[in-house]
Amino acid sequence: MKEELKENELATLQSAGVSRRRFLAYAGAFAGAGLLVSSVTSCKRDDSNVLPMPAGAVDLGSGDYGILNYAYALEQLEAAFYTEVISKPYSGIDSGELMLLTDIRDHEIAHREFFKNALGSNAIQNLEVDFSSIDFTSRASVLGTAKAFEDLGVQAYNGAGKLIANADYLVIAGKIVSVEARHAAYIRDLLTNGTFADSTDANGMDMAMDPAAVLSIAGKYLKTKVSANNLPTT
Amino acid sequence: MNLQGILNEIEHTDPEFYERTSQRRHILKSFGSKVALAALPFALGSLFKKAYGKSTDLVLDTLNFALTLEYLEAEFYMMGNNASGLIPAGPAVNALAKIGADEAAHVNFLKTAISAAGGTPVAKPTFDFSGGNGSGNGPFKTAFTDYDLFLAVAQTFEDTGVRAYKGQAGNLMASNDVLTAALNIHSVEARHASHIRQMRKARGAAVKPWITGSDSGGIGAAVQASYNGEDVTTQAGINILNINGKSISSNAASEAFDEPLTKMDILAIVDPFIV
Repeated sequence: MKEELKENELATLQSAGVSRRRFLAYAGAFAGAGLLVSSVTSCKRDDSNVLPMPAGAVDLGSGDYGILNYAYALEQLEAAFYTEVISKPYSGIDSGELMLLTDIRDHEIAHREFFKNALGSNAIQNLEVDFSSIDFTSRASVLGTAKAFEDLGVQAYNGAGKLIANADYLVIAGKIVSVEARHAAYIRDLLTNGTFADSTDANGMDMAMDPAAVLSIAGKYLKTKVSANNLPTT
Repeated sequence: MNLQGILNEIEHTDPEFYERTSQRRHILKSFGSKVALAALPFALGSLFKKAYGKSTDLVLDTLNFALTLEYLEAEFYMMGNNASGLIPAGPAVNALAKIGADEAAHVNFLKTAISAAGGTPVAKPTFDFSGGNGSGNGPFKTAFTDYDLFLAVAQTFEDTGVRAYKGQAGNLMASNDVLTAALNIHSVEARHASHIRQMRKARGAAVKPWITGSDSGGIGAAVQASYNGEDVTTQAGINILNINGKSISSNAASEAFDEPLTKMDILAIVDPFIV
């Protein structure tokens, strides 16, 4: 790659007034850049490749309001799920589980209503959910879904952090994501004790996920389609 | 965006860019280990940052602050996991081994990331886990022989770590890669906190996986500074208590949001543990 750059770009760069020393620095930078493909390709500056929005989809919007609406959409989903879980608890639920799952329901409702008020007139509509794939009488089905939602929520907030421009909103997202992580660990331990942090990679870190990937998973549980097409990407 | 577009933008943003980053390019050549590859975006990410000078220093300072806290946690678990007779046989052994391994991995990751970004990782301090500032005679002096006290200190370190990372997020906004990595560590500390709290609950402590009000879960005054301020029920000027007519108690309203602490608050909290 370095050699190609020398061959092909030197004349251009020199004619553009770039010194040889600086050019060599460019080339050096590119010697390592082959490992950076994902970062570079995600560094899109133009909007020409925006996908068409699905018919009838709710647009989350752009900028920080778009990210807040994204969080609001996920909190709507979680709150609706736990409301259902508590309204008809699965068979064999014990009092400790019922108490803490009720706490989680209340936390998610608090998050949902917070975003609704924070967004005001910029808030998206109430989303219709589709929980037809969940067996609310089954502990395994409910907790399995809860685990998926909580881990997804953590990955979603972790991935959204860099997309937020306003530092105050970033702190708010941080205040919520650690609570989602506490939920995730608890639910994981209910399913299999000791798996609270088995979500981590080799560096002992959770993983972040971009909005499009998150919504492709969450969308399975939403009747109302949601579009992230106008969200920031960097 | 193509590569030439990136070059043009860098050139436009900072004509002196390549002189400044030559040191980092040399560092890139020394990458090899798995952890180094994971930290690579810090070095390369910096090629695309518009922030230089003070904001780069701020990012490095913040990473070194995080590293200090991770050293504290990693050594605490290493000592606890190696203390004979401390941890009862059973699931606790694996859980604490996992947490200790995560903290050690965070140390390695941060050291590599700081070097990759052109900084120098701080050295590991000497710790006094009694919380006695080097006297060895602080309130937690039996933490490696008294299992309940060990778990109490562990809970406090994890909950404090969550607050510390949260408080630093704004200082990392100049680098998307660093911010994302810090968030990915932050949520793991919260997972640890959740589990340690459940371990304490199983041994009789009145504690939940989340923080209720400013309650330490019966640990007491020695750790109260780590919980002060967690009891707020208003966020960004919005009252969460019974918000929009929903039945949200003050306990739930406080639990639903974890609160940040400033670097100064955190340093005051960990000071007794650092000789």
